[in-house]
Amino acid sequence: MNIENLDFFAQAILSIAALIGLTSFLMLGQGRLLRLVFVFALQGLLLCSATALAAYSLNNYHLFISAGITLALKVFFIPWMLKRQILKMKIHRDVEALKNKTAVMLGGASLVIFSYYVLHPVLNDTPVVMLNALATSLSVVLLGMLLMISHRQAIAHVVGFMSIENGLFFAAIVSTSGMPMVVELGIAFDVLVAAILFGIFFLHIRSSIDSLDVDMLNRLNELEK
Amino acid sequence: MNWILALIQTLLFITLAPLLTGWIKCCKCFLQNRKAPSLFQPYRDLWKLTHKQPVVSDQASWLFVISPYIIFSAMVLAASVVPLIAVNLPTAASADIIVLVGFFAFARFFLALAGLDIGTAFGGMGASREMTISSLAEPAMLMAIFTLTMTAASTNLSLAIGYVLDHGIVLRPSFIFALFAMLLVAIAETGRIPVDNPATHLELTMIHEAMILEYSGRHLALIEWASQLKLMLYGVLIANIFFPWGIAEQLSITALGHGLLHIVGKLAILAVLLAFSETLFAKMRLFRVQEYLSFAYLLGLLGMLSHIILEASR
Repeated sequence: MNIENLDFFAQAILSIAALIGLTSFLMLGQGRLLRLVFVFALQGLLLCSATALAAYSLNNYHLFISAGITLALKVFFIPWMLKRQILKMKIHRDVEALKNKTAVMLGGASLVIFSYYVLHPVLNDTPVVMLNALATSLSVVLLGMLLMISHRQAIAHVVGFMSIENGLFFAAIVSTSGMPMVVELGIAFDVLVAAILFGIFFLHIRSSIDSLDVDMLNRLNELEK
Repeated sequence: MNWILALIQTLLFITLAPLLTGWIKCCKCFLQNRKAPSLFQPYRDLWKLTHKQPVVSDQASWLFVISPYIIFSAMVLAASVVPLIAVNLPTAASADIIVLVGFFAFARFFLALAGLDIGTAFGGMGASREMTISSLAEPAMLMAIFTLTMTAASTNLSLAIGYVLDHGIVLRPSFIFALFAMLLVAIAETGRIPVDNPATHLELTMIHEAMILEYSGRHLALIEWASQLKLMLYGVLIANIFFPWGIAEQLSITALGHGLLHIVGKLAILAVLLAFSETLFAKMRLFRVQEYLSFAYLLGLLGMLSHIILEASR
């Protein structure tokens, strides 16, 4: 199969898959929280357009609803909430110095290769577009985990978690041509609740260790050292 | 006939390069509310410089004197390889894109040597910075180029452009990445604003200007012209590889005219984009350049990966 033989929608979905992968990388290397949240919103926008494209090309109109939910939640509400919290806690000027940025980036690139390698055995009985998009979404999931591992700010962890969810959502869209509406609504609700809960956690972490840097949690000891 | 056309194309390259620089300057001046010099000012500068007596330090060796000629001819040779208005010309068939990168490296090598040769502090500093930056930029550029050549299954520029033309408009994710990587590399390699500022001679920041500080007269003219050619080469590479539509495939007069019009239009648009980015962004600190270039490399790598993962035929 060559990309020239695919129809325009498949090409567009593949391009969006690639761009979603790129946004994951951008998040991985980002030290500023506001920019991190902005890139996260961008990823949500790409996800939303992928959903809308899939809805249009598969004639599966309830996917439009889930695209709308994605737009409202992941492009506007969650980034807005995170931004508000960042501004409220006055950490928007902090630049997080990433340890070993180059190593993290190269690790990310190898995760992409790994996810493709893992999915390669399923090659024979799947359409290739689906396989490619699945590989990309698996790599988005893994990159989200790497983001959570490599960053120290709690807000970055939340963004990483949400981008894992983005990857899973993208996988669901391309592989199942849309889940049942109930499931999608449930997931959207879960994400919303998670976002709000994280907001409360931020407050608690901040009030107990006076910072959102999770490395500081190591200092919490029963015994005085 | 074909050889004459190839010659004409190369001459067009050489004559249009200062015009492109002048146009970029015009756009920048317009964006920054300044009064622009004439579009033909670079030609006048070159003319003036060629009529001045070059001053050569008595510490300089023959390398210093010969370098401008080597650099200029390397750039002209590079220009002869890149299709400007028509594909399938004989010079384009004789060398591929890796040779083109080789020409750039060759010219840079002599420029750095000339900077070191004179023994001033600035020359050495500029040379070391230039080599640092290019050692990071070259892999990124090669990654972007390999993405293209793997898609077209040929390292020949003419054939690759022909391949892109044959398939019409295809949305290739790898090309999006490669395009951005090439844009970033082009800015770094031609010494434009986030990396180097071609307009100033500020001691601590200059890179390219530091190396050519000791040149004057016709030597300086040749070096300036070579760097204008390099800027145009990168512009043409980006325009013709990623948006080749309009380039002449037959060698008729109308097709060639169309090709010329198209490439002039594309370069003018690219120049406007460059002027915008130069106006919007401030120059980076030198130690952040490697982050910038490693991002370009990452883009190139992602382009390559997405070619293999998303596009390659199986």
